[in-house]
Amino acid sequence: MLEPYIRSRLTEKRILLMTHIVVGYPSLDDSLEIVRTMVEAGVDLIELQIPFSEPIADGPVILKANQQALADGVTVSQCLAFGRTVAAQFAIPFLYMTYYNVLFKNGVDRFADHMRDAGLKGAIVPDLPPEEADDYLNAMGRCGLSPIFIFSPTTTEARMQAIAKVADGFVYCVARKGVTGDQTIFSRQMDEYLTGCRRATGLPLALGFGVKDRSDVKFLEGKADIAIIGTEVLRLVESQGIAALAPFLRSLQI
Amino acid sequence: MMNRGYFGNFGGAFLPEILVATFDELEEAYTLVKRDPGFWQDYEQLMASYSCRPTPVTFAENLTRHFGGGRIFIKREDLNHTGAHKANNVMGQGLLVKRMGKTRVIAETGAGQHGVATATMAARFGFDCTIYMGEVDVERQRPNVFWMEQLGATVVPVTDGTRILKDAINAAFRDWVTNMDSTHYVLGTACGPHPFPEMVSWFQSIVGKEARQQLSAQEGRLPSRVYACVGGGSNAMGVFSGFFDDDVELVGVEAAGRGLDTGQHAARLCSRDASVGVAQGYKTYFLQDADGQMRETHSIAAGLDYVGVSPILADLKDKGRVRFEGATDGEVIAAVSLTMKKEGVIPALESAHAFVQAFKEAPTLSQDEILLVNQSGRGDKDIFTIADAFDDPKWKQFITQKARQYHA
Repeated sequence: MLEPYIRSRLTEKRILLMTHIVVGYPSLDDSLEIVRTMVEAGVDLIELQIPFSEPIADGPVILKANQQALADGVTVSQCLAFGRTVAAQFAIPFLYMTYYNVLFKNGVDRFADHMRDAGLKGAIVPDLPPEEADDYLNAMGRCGLSPIFIFSPTTTEARMQAIAKVADGFVYCVARKGVTGDQTIFSRQMDEYLTGCRRATGLPLALGFGVKDRSDVKFLEGKADIAIIGTEVLRLVESQGIAALAPFLRSLQI
Repeated sequence: MMNRGYFGNFGGAFLPEILVATFDELEEAYTLVKRDPGFWQDYEQLMASYSCRPTPVTFAENLTRHFGGGRIFIKREDLNHTGAHKANNVMGQGLLVKRMGKTRVIAETGAGQHGVATATMAARFGFDCTIYMGEVDVERQRPNVFWMEQLGATVVPVTDGTRILKDAINAAFRDWVTNMDSTHYVLGTACGPHPFPEMVSWFQSIVGKEARQQLSAQEGRLPSRVYACVGGGSNAMGVFSGFFDDDVELVGVEAAGRGLDTGQHAARLCSRDASVGVAQGYKTYFLQDADGQMRETHSIAAGLDYVGVSPILADLKDKGRVRFEGATDGEVIAAVSLTMKKEGVIPALESAHAFVQAFKEAPTLSQDEILLVNQSGRGDKDIFTIADAFDDPKWKQFITQKARQYHA
């Protein structure tokens, strides 16, 4: 169960860290090495993005990683095998992140069965709003998995409450308009947004989109429960290699 | 989200959360204008004074004689301002944007027609305008890029993915999730999340309304069959919608490219290669692999070169209300050539797909029956593409000389 894990970690840390990888980018071997480095550096949860050809919510950096992985021939079944491997090997919770067509083509029930059997804890599907999610919610519920839903700064409070009713584990709060990887301003406005999110749900809150350094994470302490580092990790791996990850991730948690 | 926009099992609104409020706002604005008879009047008036509506229905006497059998009529959407049915949708959405008080429009474009139409509308209404166009299409449709830029639009070549229409749609969505407060996304076809399929079809329904009235008045009868090419499906939805309640057979013609068994085509509804999926915000038949990754498509007509298809047409296929056929690149070239020589009209390569199927079936119909072909656009604006398709040596010589002049 995801939420009890998050609550128990929060008794030891002021804020948790969730990181993101695109499975198979730069390669499947590298993905494993990146996950190992993340876990050893104290990351609390990891999103495994299964590449999709039309990732409309992602910005240029993650989009390119999706395309490259697909061009290199990475398949969904390889990604599922990867999920099984890391969930068995490392003690932290893993979530899949992907677009709905990957689940739909695989069969939503089959996909959920796999997640349960492989030891994954939940999934983030950014193009699946609750209105379209009946099959998904049934399958996830049946398998004891957490469907992670999203709040955004344009989500009304009434809608947040409706989303919170079907969400489980935590809520992914998108920091701003736009796609992944753009700059985010951590300001009073963000405080108000997170306060609104908090009012709408008792679930832990994770904040992502544009979180990139220690000062961003520090800003979020006490306001959010989880800081999500997505694009910044990819940028670092691309510019400085996997070795640069450990010191970066440790620096976020000082 | 109030109404999720399902047509049978197809459609829906698979939206990132950040866009839900924008779509709610759009649906509300659309619902209001749909209920307002004054809006449709304004729209018809605008199209009459700006875009030559009603476009005529032309009796293709020579083609009819050539094939024997049923009489062939052509609905002349090529006579719209900017040369295609795209203007109907774009001007309608332009009026809607004015009502919503937004100041900027964005659009995707494949062949460039929708981009040119949107840039034209933006110039007329005074909107800022950005057009997303796959890099491959920018290269093969330079004249349209030239016009969009001259009309004041910014054209952004999209270098992601397969660098064609679907990638331009993704890029437009990425712009919209950032700029939705000021910006409306003028989606060019009857695809995408609700309410786009329904709304675009509504604006295009002007084609079918006119055609039905015109044939009734001129010929005193309805057509036996109506033919339209199907890319995203907006011109087909437009002309078909005039005849849904009649005993009229509706035929959608997709791009069979190099042949339905070659894998190099864009046939979603008449081939076995497509399956139901969810992408670009809606559920329909997509050309995708077993993992759900979208495949590359091929057509000689850039406007038909798309992985998905209108969810409304997908539903009409499943219900058996519309029959779907395919026309190959080679058949299309032959049909363009014949139509020009026999009738002096130049169909766009897209529209010529519909002609191919009508030509195949005309001899099987009796002389008092009517075949109506929707000529969705005109071909002379695609002179580079058509000249290449005809492999015309004199044209090549001209271009070579022209290039030499630029180098001098």
